[in-house]
Amino acid sequence: MKCKEGPPVLIIRVGDAFCKACFKDYFVHKFRATLGKNRCIFPGEKVLLAFSGGPASSAMVRQVQEGLSRDAAKKLRFKPGIVFVDEGAVCGQDLGKRREVHSQVEMILRATGFPFHLVHLEEVFDLPGSILRSISHNATDDSQSYKEAVDGFIRRQQQQQSERTGDSLPGQLSELSVRCPPGKEAVEVPGPLSVSHTAELTHLFRAVKTLTAKEELLQTLRNHLILHVARTNGYTKVMMGDSCTRVAVKLLANLCLGRGAFLAGDTGFSDSRHGDVLVLRPMREYSAKEIAFYNRLFGVPAVFTPSLDTKVRGAALHRSSPPVPAAQIQRPCSPPPPAPGRPPHYPLISFLYKLQSEFPATISTVYRTGEKLGTTPRDAGGDAEPERCLLCLCHLDTSVVDGSSLQSTLLSEELCRKPPPSAGSGCCGGAPNETGCCRSSPTAGAVPSQAVLFPLLCYSCRLTVKDMTCLEPLPPYVHSEAERRQRRAAMKQEIQEFLLEDDLPAS
Amino acid sequence: MPAPVLCQSCGAGRAALRRPKTGRALCRACFVAAFEAEVHGTIVSARLFQPGETVAVGASGGKDSTVLAHLLRLLNERHGYGLRLLLLSIDEGIAGYRDDSLEAVRRNRGRLGLPLHVLSYQELYGWSMDRIARHVGPKNNCTFCGVFRRQALDRGAALLGADKIATGHNADDVAETVLMNFLRGDVGRLRRCAGILTGGEGTLPRCKPLKHAYEKEIVLYAYFQGLDYFSTECVYAPNAYRGHTRTLLKDLEAVRPSAVADLVHSGERLAVREDVRMPTQGICQRCGYLSSQPLCKACVLLEGLNRGLPRLGIGKPSRLQKALTGAEKPEAGFQEDSEQSSNAVRTIDF
Ligand SMILES: [Zn+2]
Ligand SMILES: [Zn+2]
Ligand SMILES: [Zn+2]
Ligand SMILES: [Zn+2]
Repeated sequence: MKCKEGPPVLIIRVGDAFCKACFKDYFVHKFRATLGKNRCIFPGEKVLLAFSGGPASSAMVRQVQEGLSRDAAKKLRFKPGIVFVDEGAVCGQDLGKRREVHSQVEMILRATGFPFHLVHLEEVFDLPGSILRSISHNATDDSQSYKEAVDGFIRRQQQQQSERTGDSLPGQLSELSVRCPPGKEAVEVPGPLSVSHTAELTHLFRAVKTLTAKEELLQTLRNHLILHVARTNGYTKVMMGDSCTRVAVKLLANLCLGRGAFLAGDTGFSDSRHGDVLVLRPMREYSAKEIAFYNRLFGVPAVFTPSLDTKVRGAALHRSSPPVPAAQIQRPCSPPPPAPGRPPHYPLISFLYKLQSEFPATISTVYRTGEKLGTTPRDAGGDAEPERCLLCLCHLDTSVVDGSSLQSTLLSEELCRKPPPSAGSGCCGGAPNETGCCRSSPTAGAVPSQAVLFPLLCYSCRLTVKDMTCLEPLPPYVHSEAERRQRRAAMKQEIQEFLLEDDLPAS
Repeated sequence: MPAPVLCQSCGAGRAALRRPKTGRALCRACFVAAFEAEVHGTIVSARLFQPGETVAVGASGGKDSTVLAHLLRLLNERHGYGLRLLLLSIDEGIAGYRDDSLEAVRRNRGRLGLPLHVLSYQELYGWSMDRIARHVGPKNNCTFCGVFRRQALDRGAALLGADKIATGHNADDVAETVLMNFLRGDVGRLRRCAGILTGGEGTLPRCKPLKHAYEKEIVLYAYFQGLDYFSTECVYAPNAYRGHTRTLLKDLEAVRPSAVADLVHSGERLAVREDVRMPTQGICQRCGYLSSQPLCKACVLLEGLNRGLPRLGIGKPSRLQKALTGAEKPEAGFQEDSEQSSNAVRTIDF
């Protein structure tokens, strides 16, 4: 027992009993300590909380509320906003159900008093190509004007704040509304759903053959959309609610998906792949169990939002949050069994829980293994910074190293495919010929074949794209950015001999 | 009668299989040719061998080492690697287990025309596995077996004057090891296990020419080439971790057929943070084998066996390690020490 007063209500680890009040202190303190330890959020900075309706991100929102309501000395000093992405269209929800979830989420978010953004996944069809570019802080390119505007805005805000503290000037009103909701301009509820976009989205996911690839694609699109909300609203940090349990699952899943080079970025506390907007994971030191307890003891509401798997048949590598069924909460010491109602064929989840029940340190060991990983590529070929993957924005891990697995796979594919050019993807059978028919019409609307897209993708995103029957339904921003990169690569090819430095800021 | 599927490579032959690695339907000849070309490709691009080297091929009688020995002899002749190949078998001294598999090795030797050397644990360590099993019980057997086997090949190959060891590890083995080391948090091994050519400095270099070959394709190749092998699943229960991991790998392959290659790719690309302290690789004070501790695991296990405290060496390198390396500690003091730790043995978490 921490204190000698309150009755013990739960045991997190053996010999670590908490009463309700102590548990709350412990939980709230951990959040602040995680942020304090990493020192990356500046006072007054706008931080976007990614809220999925699940237990971990719900608890995260509550932690920020707690942090902001505390006495001045301990108070968090950033300006939060919340984003919720409605994925109903790809989870088989009809409009009625989506509206229901919507109003439920809206009610929860309104109650937080923070500004919030409710967006539909359909909005990915209106994203700009620039979402696929990593924008460095000192970019000088003209195309980044909006980024500069955002920077300038923040700079001005900060100046104003330091110059006249306390004054409520017109310029500060919008900022103030962040703190004193419900300020009208701070709440973004989407307009009427574009029916055609819903159809496009369904079409896109129907073109993906496997559930694993569907989950990967969904996550990619969701991240792009969240990043877009952050950029257009001047948020410079995004907080994701990945718990320790989820981090462990993600580490293993991504390891199996060929993302070994990216594990640190995919699961670490901070992820800088987008350049201007930093992704943070402040919940990664909480176990799913702790979170379930907290939410139950302190009445944190959660929304049930179905994931892909409840609709689609077949196995997947598992992506959505590990289920913590209600029954688990009464028996804190046993590992959570697979939730009822879900297909039991998540190989990784069931594997981890089985191991965890035999070797109770499994999840924490996996988590700690992840802590030891870095982002430095082991075989940095040359001085130039490698290109970034078109979809996940990680540095490409596809240089063909002698004796590597990738080299062998490419050789196997080459040896197994010889004479009859299989009429598969694209008009020229996916021939990697630069001057072939696929390249002859690089205007918008030209459908890229896999062979054209592949050089722009990391190993793992190639696997996702390989599982698509056709690439045409991908949102326009993916196509336009792919074409832009191809044009730049062609340009570079042309002027190669005159370049002294290999690495021009291409994006 | 449905029309026969044609080979997707030559377009002429009747397809005999669907390749696990690429999902393509191939005729028998095209598969065999592709499989051989790929192993050759791996050997060349990874520069596994130098002309004139003597290579000891670890031969267990199992499918991997049988296919490896067959391929190395074939490719050595076909492409003129200029290697002197020899087969090296280790006899652990497990009744009924090696008897049959060694028989398979001997049959293959005749077929391959390569010199065969069999070295026993008894010869190398003074203990056979069956005797060890009687001392430590069936639970900790695999620890001894694995540790001794790893070194046995080195000791044997050095004895035979080999320059290099080639082992039959396939892509599935590597994928499994990557997963296991990740689950165990062993980043030092995690980084090494995905390597295709390892060792050097003190020990013989080791290579895995079948590193990119899928286990199923190795079986297919052996089947089509009429190679005879013995199933070498250890008679002592394999450890739970490996069992679960193997099952997981099969489940993953069902979800995504490239799972094995994807895991190997991950292993090759993993980057360990620069500030993470790695165990420094030194050399065993006693036998000269690579070891992160003053004494290598085999010497510690042997010492335990010889002192009649066989389970001392299992678990964390703790008191025994200290006691053994604490220069010339008086024997009485050590006895006292081990008395206490033999009580502690029961709580050691394996
Ligand atoms: Zn208390
Ligand atoms: Zn990618
Ligand atoms: Zn053929
Ligand atoms: Zn030794």
